[in-house]
Amino acid sequence: MDGPDSTAEKASADEAGVIACWSCKGPVTQVIPLCETCGAVQPPGQIDHFQRLGLAVSFDVNVADLDQLYFDLQRHLHPDRFATRSPQEKAISQLQATAINDAYETLKEPLKRADYLVHLRGIGVLPEGCNLVNDQALLMETMELREALAEAETTDQVDVLSNRAQDDIKVCIEQLSKLFKDDDIEGACKLTTRLKYLQKLSEETRIHRMKLI
Amino acid sequence: MATLLQIHEPGATPAPHAGDERLAVGIDLGTTNSVVAISSEGKPEVLRDDDGKALVPSVVAYAPDGSAIVGGMARNLLLDRPECVVGSIKRLMGRGVEDVKSLAGVLPFDIDPQPEGETGMVRLNVAGHKLTPVKISADILSALKERAEEHLGHIVDQAVITVPAYFDDAARSATKDAARLAGIEVLRLVNEPTAAALAYGLDMEAEGVYAVYDLGGGTFDISILRMEKGVFQVLATGGDAALGGDDFDHAIAEHFIGERTGDKELTGSDVKMALMTARLAKECLSDAQSGEWVLDIDGVQSKHFFDRATFDGLVEDLVTHTQDICKSVMEDANVTPEQVKGVVLVGGSTRVPLVRKKVAALFAKEPLADIDPDEVVAIGAALQAEALTVGSDTLLLDVTPLSLGLETMGGLVEKVIPRNTPIPVAKAQEFTTYMDGQSAMAVHVVQGDREMVDQNRSLARFDLHGIPPMTAGAARIRVTFAVDADGLLTVTAGEETTGIEAEVAVKPSYGLSEEEMADMLYDSMKNAKDDMEARLLAETKVEAGRNLNAVSAALSNDGHLLSDDEFNAIKAVVQSLEEASKGDQRDTITAAAEQLEEATKAFAEKRMDRGIRSALRGVEIDALDEQASKG
Repeated sequence: MDGPDSTAEKASADEAGVIACWSCKGPVTQVIPLCETCGAVQPPGQIDHFQRLGLAVSFDVNVADLDQLYFDLQRHLHPDRFATRSPQEKAISQLQATAINDAYETLKEPLKRADYLVHLRGIGVLPEGCNLVNDQALLMETMELREALAEAETTDQVDVLSNRAQDDIKVCIEQLSKLFKDDDIEGACKLTTRLKYLQKLSEETRIHRMKLI
Repeated sequence: MATLLQIHEPGATPAPHAGDERLAVGIDLGTTNSVVAISSEGKPEVLRDDDGKALVPSVVAYAPDGSAIVGGMARNLLLDRPECVVGSIKRLMGRGVEDVKSLAGVLPFDIDPQPEGETGMVRLNVAGHKLTPVKISADILSALKERAEEHLGHIVDQAVITVPAYFDDAARSATKDAARLAGIEVLRLVNEPTAAALAYGLDMEAEGVYAVYDLGGGTFDISILRMEKGVFQVLATGGDAALGGDDFDHAIAEHFIGERTGDKELTGSDVKMALMTARLAKECLSDAQSGEWVLDIDGVQSKHFFDRATFDGLVEDLVTHTQDICKSVMEDANVTPEQVKGVVLVGGSTRVPLVRKKVAALFAKEPLADIDPDEVVAIGAALQAEALTVGSDTLLLDVTPLSLGLETMGGLVEKVIPRNTPIPVAKAQEFTTYMDGQSAMAVHVVQGDREMVDQNRSLARFDLHGIPPMTAGAARIRVTFAVDADGLLTVTAGEETTGIEAEVAVKPSYGLSEEEMADMLYDSMKNAKDDMEARLLAETKVEAGRNLNAVSAALSNDGHLLSDDEFNAIKAVVQSLEEASKGDQRDTITAAAEQLEEATKAFAEKRMDRGIRSALRGVEIDALDEQASKG
């Protein structure tokens, strides 16, 4: 296979989206990565989380659909399906199930999904990702809310703050959806950071509330 | 011409054991009792002794020659020969000497004092032998294996074994070691609540969100699951690996002893006596409102009146603690008590009336106990054993019970995998050096959810050497954690710029070393070498079977790409591998497999070539379509 043709062949194989089955050596093209000839499970390969779960790249994900796609893939690829197979197949199925879990966990929650989308679409625009905060208004707002939370002495007071955070999160997610549709990655990045702070605040209200009870 | 070959449906490879009808069993290895069950065609059956008893007390008695008696007979020896009998060993699985010191006052174990500073697995003095919890558990597993073999009339060497969901990595791998020592291949470690959910879900065709409340002899678990069309997705799990019915017994025993006066210091056998009386009292009060018990220590008898109210008072704090854990697990799962459709009770300790009352109050519904809480876990394990070997439409998707992390500067923990992450999972984290020219880095793996290292469980320590001298912060050390479907962790670490790697399957500080394990295996079988050879042969045969299946599928699909001569040439090599696989010569099988690999190379190239051509043709047609629609 190391002949002069092998590189050319590899390039055209990549282009065609065809990989060679490690077990029977035949071509594999299926979406569910099981060889259509011999049934062997194929390694996960380098594809993005959306492609892995069979979703279009978008911030708007219907979680019920996502669950079904996830369950369907795991039904075929989870290591439990390969318990009596050869050690190599077992190992590959574990890699597959791991990759599917990773994709599912990332796309399930709006914050992780937004973070991932900015990373996916923003390479070149924002090489650092969304970790830089230079949004004065956001910092002020967060500090104010933190102080109010620290001073809250009754569960009612905490609930007011918690509800406000929840409402803000909802609005933030709606805005993010629009920004991603308009391909405004910088704007989306800013809002993703805001969402991160809001979720943290919401978590803190929960902890504060438990302390008060 | 392909008719001479046996063709399977793609993906429907027969399991390697198909045809020899050997069933894999499900084992619930409990703190107080163990149960073994089998499942065939979706019908699970708990295996019972001649008296119809399913529960095998997890108690082992040792003779001076080291031979073991397991179960009811061992338990009966508890009072006469306490120094030869050991129970509740599950509480020590994966525990170190330091951990056990805190338990020793509570549990009637005679711990072998180890030299200061020595780590490793704790050893017990039983009947003049120094035994590890792994060895003692292996003896219980052997007894269960024997029961299954008698029942089925064939050798049993594969099992699904259940563990508490909240078991840490050390306890899980200790359980796997025990199985290996008993000659059992663990097909999967399944979490007890998940196994129970499987038994209920299949039995009742349940759909929606369910809670499984599992209070056993020594462990407490709560899992929240979503059941949907055969998928059992664990949303969150939590518990306490050192809380169970044993603690109820202790509270009662202490109460009884407190009512006596003038006792000298109690011996180990006195404590065992008091605990036994306490357990009887506890079991009796599951139905009765009150009763009277006699405690005989050192020939001094005392009478103790004991009623439900006193009992409730003694265990109330323990039960409330389980309620608190339930609440935080529901928060983790993002589920309210109203959203929980049903609560399944598992474990003998859920027979305690106060437990039932408090669980019902917390979830605002009567809990389910249709399937015997002592047997439900083994039934689930048996169903899963069948699913793994024969196949099934059900799927268990479990999570990590505890966060996994690394020690960073200042004794802080950096979480790498948070709790309740679906498994299998792999996550990497990058670290850097903090000193100029630093050439080595200590990696300390911990499990738990507290912020400081010393509040969590230490799983393993290893060093990464040979980092090239760089300025502080320039090296990029990437540590990868991988947790498999059994919940077992493997850690790898490497320096990115140089590619230096270190890998450790996390053999915990408290586990057995490979050498210790090998010694024990050798001692227990003497024929360890034959066993190893048998194992290699079996694996080679499985691999050959996979290969034959792959080639036969390829020939039936794409055989037309070959000339008759080429086809027959491959077929001849196929036949020689088939012949070799029937024999017991590993070398011959391997050689024939290599020949087949060689003989099919050109065929594989032809198939790939055709596959790529047709895929590219597809692309071109799509492109044409696009153009057509634009035009």
